[in-house]
This record gives sequence, structure tokens and C-alpha cells, in this order.
Amino acid sequence: MTSIASETGTRPVPRYRHDTGHRWQTVLLEIIKYSVLIPLTASFAFPLYWMISSALKVDSQVYTVPPILLPFPIHPVNFIEGWQILPFTRYAVNSVVFYTVPAVAFTVLSSTIVAYGFSRIRWPGRDTIFWLVVMTMMLPWAVTMVPLFITFKWLGWLDTYRPLVVPALFSHPYIVFLLRQFFMTLPEELSDAARIDGASEFGILFRIILPLTKPALAVVALFRFLWAWNDYLGPLIYLRDENRYPLALGIEQLSTRANDVGNFSNGIPYLMAVSTLVALPIIVTFFFAQRTFIEGISLTGMKG
Amino acid sequence: MAASTQRVSRYTPQEWRNLRLGLLFVSPWALGFLLFTIYPLLSSLYYSLTRYDLLRPPVFLGAKNYLTLFFDDPHFWNVMYNTIYYVGVSVPFGVGAAFLIANILNSRIVARSFFRSVIYIPSIVPAVASAMVWQFLMNVQYGAINGVLRYFGLPIIPFLSNPGWAKPSLILVAIWAQGAAVVIFLAALQDVPRSLYEAATVDGANIWHKFRNVTIPLTSPIILFNLIMGLIVAFQEFTVPWLLTEGGPMNSTEFYLVHLYRNAFEYLRMGKASALAWILFLIIVVFSLVIFKTSARWVYYGGEK
Repeated sequence: MTSIASETGTRPVPRYRHDTGHRWQTVLLEIIKYSVLIPLTASFAFPLYWMISSALKVDSQVYTVPPILLPFPIHPVNFIEGWQILPFTRYAVNSVVFYTVPAVAFTVLSSTIVAYGFSRIRWPGRDTIFWLVVMTMMLPWAVTMVPLFITFKWLGWLDTYRPLVVPALFSHPYIVFLLRQFFMTLPEELSDAARIDGASEFGILFRIILPLTKPALAVVALFRFLWAWNDYLGPLIYLRDENRYPLALGIEQLSTRANDVGNFSNGIPYLMAVSTLVALPIIVTFFFAQRTFIEGISLTGMKG
Repeated sequence: MAASTQRVSRYTPQEWRNLRLGLLFVSPWALGFLLFTIYPLLSSLYYSLTRYDLLRPPVFLGAKNYLTLFFDDPHFWNVMYNTIYYVGVSVPFGVGAAFLIANILNSRIVARSFFRSVIYIPSIVPAVASAMVWQFLMNVQYGAINGVLRYFGLPIIPFLSNPGWAKPSLILVAIWAQGAAVVIFLAALQDVPRSLYEAATVDGANIWHKFRNVTIPLTSPIILFNLIMGLIVAFQEFTVPWLLTEGGPMNSTEFYLVHLYRNAFEYLRMGKASALAWILFLIIVVFSLVIFKTSARWVYYGGEK
């Protein structure tokens, strides 16, 4: 079987057993496949490997030719020392308490309600208006960036997380889109039966639909978590007071010191250690919720 | 739509109830749409016709911001060139690479989910963290890549410090973070009915024929999707160029959003920044429309959708 799309499992009928040319082609293809895939995967993994391994070095192990692939002895204390150079614990609290948690909670709650209105209730004009939602998914954020800054400044919201989390109360088009896709897959009879029993639409949403779409909620919560945790431009625009920095801005702050190589020892290892710690929640979450990630991302492309 | 105006009076009480309920449920979105999309769009259009530094009230200038950008700004066309270069190389190469990787992963392969994870993870790591690693990796004096080159006595590569190298280097970082597109492609490839490949095999098709005549047509809607999304993201790339090169060396990585950010939040030229934003908006719309229009020729929509 030479098909590029052949899956594991079902074995093809060995129709071409006598056809040696065909078999050679198969072997050659396997060789090409792995000789592309293995170096490619290695180079995808290398930067993150380098981040972690450099986090365990001291200066004398950083500035060597050739570079040291496996540092020995290792210096895990960098993770603690690097974290303490700047108030990273406070940055972490800011990231979690003031940004990630409210952004996820607000977005998921509001988008759930909106997606329900766009999928489980039949009202005239619904699908036309839904097109507007899809259009806003494609709207470049650069266009609204400046006027929103002006508005939030006028409201006195600079140096707070409000510009970053209050809009989440009004749902997110992309998440509405994903949730709507999920809600549409549930049979209509489910709602009809509950309506006959006198349930309100909110009752149907929270007691019937949501328990059935927990995986979907996990997907969108995960994505929203990712956006908030990784966001750099938003905090950069709205936060000036260093006490309010999230982790993303804290790393940048540390890098200006770390790159002052002459005056600051172990700058690079510290920077790599803190970067590792900030990336870690994402990587750990990925390993625990791998299927959720992959399913969510796969659904993204479904609209074609 | 024309018919619906006629029907308005003929809604049953049930339909009226549904309309009210539906609007109630989507009202958070509707309100947000007005506050955070429509109002900013319109006010940005207005600001783009003014000079506004946040301290004094806006001064109406008419089309002056646009005219100055087009005809009297030494930076604008350079920024445009940088951005088109970046988008024009990173999007086709990124989508192409993602498609090929997805095809390899979709074939019979050991430890597929391991390979997929390794390729996907860079796309979810915080951009700030990956920017720090790449800056370190690509450093001329002590970066690992140049360390290896130096060890073998090869010439070093000034990845981020040479205007000729800086753009390709940033494109490399962008392609490294293409994992999401790989996963989207992989999902699409797994939806291609196996029977089609089997039928093609029976007809004597070789690998290339199958790739060309089965795989590409059946996944073309997803190729289109990834192209358009890649385009929108690439035109607005900010974090990595801002942290790795800050627009330098010699403005060679002064991409559109970097320039826009600088004007808005460093120079407080809100009017000029709004004009820049609208030009970008129109460019993205035009590019997307061109891709959509030409897609009729190469995108295959099967029976179901």
C-alpha cells in the first residue's frame, strides 16, 4: 500500500505481491518519509529543548563553542533565583487573577448564551445576523485597536485589566462560532421535549444543553485561557504600572536586564528559566488535555 | 429578505416569542458588536481624517493623513514592502510546509501523535517566551546556531543583526509556530474517504496522481481557510518582530503593526495610526477577496457542503 493517506489498521489486499517495482517504491517512500520527518520534528523541538537546557546552565556553560547540549552539572536553582529577580509571583497573580480567570469565565458564559440564541432558538433573521458574527471573526484587530484605546483612556481604565476583560462579557465571535457548531449537533427533540414540560430557554440551556456539551466548553475555555495567558500586545498597550504587569510583560522586563551581559551574571539562564516557567502551564495543560486541544483546533477548520 | 418584510405582520405569536427570546440571547453579542466593533470602526475612520495626540482635541485634516502616507512619507512604502515581503513569503511557505507535514503525518507512521504534539506545541507556547529563546538561539556572539557554525569553522550568520537576514529569520520563527495549521490539515486529511484512494489505486494511480487528484481537491477548502487566516495573522504580526528586532536592523523588520503601534503609542499620532489601520484593513479585504475569487478555480466543494 503506497497511498499517502493509508491509515494504520486495515491491511490492503496484497494484490501487487508480484510487482517488485511497486514494493521498492514503498520502501523508498518510507525512507524519504522518515528522513524528512525525524530531522523536521527534531528542529521543531530544539528551541524548546534549548530553552529548558539553558535554564539549567551557568554563564560558563552558556558562552562556549561548541554549545553544550547536555549541561553538567545542572543548576536547577536558576528557576528560583531567576523568578526572584523581579516580582514574578506578583506578575503570576496578575496574570491569573486579574486577566486569565475573568477573561475565561466571562467569555465562556456570555458566548454560551449567545451561541444558544444563534442555534437552539428559531427566530426570523437569525442566520443572516450570524453572518455578521462570522464577518467580525475576520476583522483585523488593528482597526479597532486605536479607537478602543482612546475610549478606554476616556473611561479612565488605563493601568487596569478592564480593557482586557470587560469586552469578554459581550462574547467572542470565534467562540460563539465554535459553540454554535457544537449546539447544532444536538437533536432538536431534546429542547422540544423540555419545552413541552414547561422549561424556560435558560433552563434548557443550563440543565440540558450544557451538561451535554462539557467537552465543547472545555475546548473554548482552553482556547480563551491560551489567548489571555499568551497575550502580549493587550497588556503592552494598557498597562504602564509595573506592579500590574502580567507574566508576558515581566519576561520582557527581565530580558532587558539579562541581555546586559557585562553587568549581570547568569542573565541568559535566568531568562530561559523564567520563560520555561511561563510556558510550562501551557505545555502541562497540553499534555493533560491533548485530545481537547486537537479536537478544538480541528473544528476550527470545519467551516472551510 | 424581500419576502420577510411582507411576512412581518404574519408572524404567529410563537414566532414573536422566539424572536424576542432569540434577540434576548444574542443581545450580549449585539451590544458588544455596537460598542467594540461598529463604534470603533466608525470613530477610527473619523480619527484617520484628523490630527489627534490625545492631549488636544482632534483637528480635522480631511484626507491629509492618507495623502502624506502615500506621497510624502519616507517610511510608509518601506513598511509596506517589509510587510508584503513577510506575508508573501511566510504565508505560502507556512501553509505549504504545514500541508506537507500533515500529509506525512497522515500516512502510516509510528508514533504519529508524538510527532504531531512536538510540531503543535511551538504554536501554543507564549510568543514572548519563544521570542526569548529565538533571540538567544540566533544571537551572533553566543547563539547555539552560530556556535555550531563556528565550531566547524563555517561563516557565522547574522540572523537578526543584518538587514538582509532579519526578515527571513523572522519568517523562520513564524513557520516554526505553524503547528495549528498542521493539526487543521491533518483533521481534514483524515476526513478524506479512504475508498477514493482505493479506487484510484485500482485505476493504477501512483502516489503523485492520488495527491494531485484526490488529496488536494478534497482538502482545498481547508487550504483556502488556512491561507486566509494565515494572511490575516501575518499582516498583523507584532510580538515576535517587536521583541526580536524592534523593527531593526535599519528598519528592515518594521512591519505594519510595529509601525502602527509606534505611531499610536510612542508618538501619540492617533490620526495617522488610524489612517494606517484603515489602509491595512482595505489591503486585507482586497487580498482575501482576490484569494476567494480565484479560489472558485481551485477549491472543490463536494456534495455535502
